[in-house]
Amino acid sequence: MQAFTQLNSRVVALPLDDIDTDQIIPARFLKITDKADLANHLFNDWRYNPDGSPRADFIINQPEANDAQILFAGDNFGCGSSREHAPWALVGFGFRVVIATSFGDIFRNNSLKNGLLPIKVSPQVHQQMREILEESPRAEWSVDLNEQSLTIPSGLKVNFDIDPFSKTCLLQGKDELGYLLSVMDQIVAYEKAHLKQVPA
Amino acid sequence: MEKPQTLFEKIWNEHLVAQQPDSPAVLYIDLQLVHEVTSPQAFTGLRERGLKVRRPDRTVATVDHSLPTLSADGTVEGRLALADDLARKQIAQLEENAREFGIESFGAASDRNGIVHVIGPELGLTQPGMTIVCGDSHTSTHGAFGALAFGIGTSEVEHVLATQCLLQRQPMTCEVRVEGSLKKGVTAKDIILALIAKIGVAGGVGYVLEYTGPVIRALSMEERMTVCNMSIEAGARAGLIAPDETTFEYLAGRKYAPKGADWDAAVARWRKLPSDEGAKYDRTVTLDVSDLEPMITYGTNPGMGMPITASLPTLESASDGGLKKALAYMDLPAGQPLLGHKVDVVFIGSCTNSRLSDLREAARVMRGRKVAEGVRVLVVPGSQQIKRDAEAEGLDKVFTDAGAEWREAGCSMCIAMNGDMIQPGQYAVSTSNRNFEGRQGKGGRTMLASPLTAAAAAVTGVVTDVRTLLDD
Ligand code: SF4
Repeated sequence: MQAFTQLNSRVVALPLDDIDTDQIIPARFLKITDKADLANHLFNDWRYNPDGSPRADFIINQPEANDAQILFAGDNFGCGSSREHAPWALVGFGFRVVIATSFGDIFRNNSLKNGLLPIKVSPQVHQQMREILEESPRAEWSVDLNEQSLTIPSGLKVNFDIDPFSKTCLLQGKDELGYLLSVMDQIVAYEKAHLKQVPA
Repeated sequence: MEKPQTLFEKIWNEHLVAQQPDSPAVLYIDLQLVHEVTSPQAFTGLRERGLKVRRPDRTVATVDHSLPTLSADGTVEGRLALADDLARKQIAQLEENAREFGIESFGAASDRNGIVHVIGPELGLTQPGMTIVCGDSHTSTHGAFGALAFGIGTSEVEHVLATQCLLQRQPMTCEVRVEGSLKKGVTAKDIILALIAKIGVAGGVGYVLEYTGPVIRALSMEERMTVCNMSIEAGARAGLIAPDETTFEYLAGRKYAPKGADWDAAVARWRKLPSDEGAKYDRTVTLDVSDLEPMITYGTNPGMGMPITASLPTLESASDGGLKKALAYMDLPAGQPLLGHKVDVVFIGSCTNSRLSDLREAARVMRGRKVAEGVRVLVVPGSQQIKRDAEAEGLDKVFTDAGAEWREAGCSMCIAMNGDMIQPGQYAVSTSNRNFEGRQGKGGRTMLASPLTAAAAAVTGVVTDVRTLLDD
């Protein structure tokens, strides 16, 4: 996992509610095992015409999306299927931050394991951000994970929550399996004490 | 006296391996189910780190998502012949991974394969008090047995394969009390669609929902699975129903259920699982189903549902652009009724409604009737076992006589990964769980409903109130 510390980037605004993981990456692409290839199908059915040509009016296809690392979504982003292909496709495309008023539970977990930072903001802050984006869609916002802050040049600065464990993992680019393996003694002890009672 | 505990708390506490301050809990997982779509990268990860599967005896694999439900010549090879190259590769990869890591696998050739959330309970693998995970969001289905069961991502699949544990933050609990009694033609599917319409697709985020009350107690295991299955569509981590005699009766004698003295000991343990008197939930929601009608969805998420005789909401009633976008995608008129709207495809299947009782319900409506002209009807049993059981009682004949297609077991048109899909612009009434844009095929429009309501649409060719077709 790529470590996350701090970034400055333009923002791609897709402020719709309940964007499900079937929209982020439709199921027919789940057979793709290459993460870079997945990124070509990010938001596939909103992004391409039936003949496969890109839809010019879809934000992801506009030039300013090219090196943007921040995605600004609506409420309940990433609901639906548990597919980790969703954060893989987002990260593959270049996103490192998603801002929403809430996230699908499994999506949020999956994101944190892939160096993608989900930032939850209140509906009021979300509204303010929308207005700022309408006025200056090309401004660069900055995110500092250490400080847990998001700063917008117009002067808005908000702090966001992240649990200390996920924060450390992200800052160090360390994954959770290492942690689990480090408590193997306790796992073995648990099995000795409990498994007699639990049918295999 | 000890503090009264909820069912969730009992299972959670029992499975806590370690809990350090500022870190998530290390939770022991009793059973991991694996399917072909979300596991390949996890096995690759194990190989890269030189790790083994820690408890192959607690890991079971099946193929369901990409496997065709037709066979070129009636054989397994004939089924695989109809798969595309990538699907065939994925299926072969799962079987290879299972062999290499010593995992029991119900592969393409097994006569016990089927949808992962259908075969777990059917084989008796799913048992009360367990922790169960699968790289699949509808793992919530298994909560019907009083097991804490939830979907995880592929990284977590790898974590569990390697350590049999998972890092988890403790969710909150929400009691969903279902009161009243169900009227004719109203089913478990209608209960859960009504609940999601009420609390919304984010209404359960952060919670484990425990369904309680007289209506839930009266449901069969298959109906309870339908309810728990769609907990995830309300955003919940899991759904739970306390085990009782109905649960034990269902499990007794199943392949992996305990036998003899072990069975008695297990039942004694399971009886202690239900929430204690006075146990506290973080939240309670009550749903009275006495006046509930059959439900149907009109939009592009499972929360956009309404009673079948109702009119679509008006755009003025919407709080954001979501409804407008959904109705534009569905090409349905705001404020108008849905009854009588044309239907092109009917899909009866998926881990929500593909069990024997679901097929019986659909057959009840379709027996002696014909599929309406121009409608394509697909009936897909959830497992090979269900297929055999249904055929033993002649249900396949009911469907094929009516003009429906009777298929092999699998996920099929629920997710449209195996070649079964609806065409752009077509309307489908489906017994599955997701009406997301393109879920059943690019450009396809899905209306979710019960097997009864789906069968009613099959024989009339339009959205129909099934109560007008039922006798008693
Ligand atoms: S039937 Fe549908 S929802 Fe259920 S496991 Fe298969 S694809 Fe997922």
